[in-house]
Amino acid sequence: MRKLISFILLAVLGIGIVRPLKKIPFGTPKSKVGKYYVNNGVKDTGATNIVTSVVLNYRGFDTLGEVTVLFIAALGLGAVLTIRTGRKTKEKIEKASIVLSTGCRFLFPFILLIGAYIFIHGHLTPGGGFQGGAIIASAYLLVYLGCRGRRVSEKASSVVESLAGLIFVIVGLIGLSVGGYFLLNFLPKGIPNSLFSAGIIPIIYVAIGFKVGSELAGVIDHLMEDT
Amino acid sequence: MDISTVVNFLTNYVYYIGCFGLILIGLYIILVKSNLIKVIIGLSILDTGVNLFLISIGYIKKGTAPIFSKSGIEAKNMVDPVPQALVLTAIVIGVAVLALALSLAIRLYQHYGTLNLRKIREQKW
Repeated sequence: MRKLISFILLAVLGIGIVRPLKKIPFGTPKSKVGKYYVNNGVKDTGATNIVTSVVLNYRGFDTLGEVTVLFIAALGLGAVLTIRTGRKTKEKIEKASIVLSTGCRFLFPFILLIGAYIFIHGHLTPGGGFQGGAIIASAYLLVYLGCRGRRVSEKASSVVESLAGLIFVIVGLIGLSVGGYFLLNFLPKGIPNSLFSAGIIPIIYVAIGFKVGSELAGVIDHLMEDT
Repeated sequence: MDISTVVNFLTNYVYYIGCFGLILIGLYIILVKSNLIKVIIGLSILDTGVNLFLISIGYIKKGTAPIFSKSGIEAKNMVDPVPQALVLTAIVIGVAVLALALSLAIRLYQHYGTLNLRKIREQKW
């Protein structure tokens, strides 16, 4: 019965989706906004990666809201998982072999380095704060899986997270006080395609990288702790 | 309706077909399955389908990534950057929602001892 109802619902949805789709042909230019960003993005913001200039300059306020959503989700996960309910005795953790733990400890700084490279060069190459932060969190996941028993100190990760969020808001507020609107690009734009260009964009992306990295590492920490 | 029109239709709309296939599969899993982990997997598949759909709307034939990494790249060949920026944020939100849903599933399992949604009394529909 449930299957039948769901199939009918899906069929209705499918027909409803396919009919308007005929008016959206695949592979043709559609939006004027995108055209404007591509044509004027480098001149307006100084960042050669147009996606970055859309995320952090044209729609920077949107990104602030989205970082807040990620923060609230991490907070909710911590709140749900840290309620202690009659815990059983902790099972003993079997130690990893020396090859595995040495390999993890060897790879850990290099993964951190790649993550940092990706979020520092977010305005020049593909990638940015979110991707770099995810790579940094994957380094912590490797350590959790490989060398058991080591963990991130919760205090340090929350300090990094709060500082990064504060930097984002403070940079936005400086723009508000200097030029009249939030997240104004008040620094000089520099020469395109060089590391120190695009004004406030690299600063905010580095902050987002730290914030996302510490948040996702905290999420992994909570999930590992409770299973 | 001969074979060439079918092939033509498939080559023109293969991305749309793929992403709506993913979306409908995800919805079906959410509606029918009773295991909570499977429902969460269905949510994740639906999320992927929506992201793929947004990206494929922004695609332009023979387009390049919207990055001026070398001097010879022209702006008129670039794909639309706006859907890419939206999907960049949507992926992160999707990961956060997935983690939150999994944590709630862990709590439910600890409380009821089962992940079957039909056996959990308050979750019946």
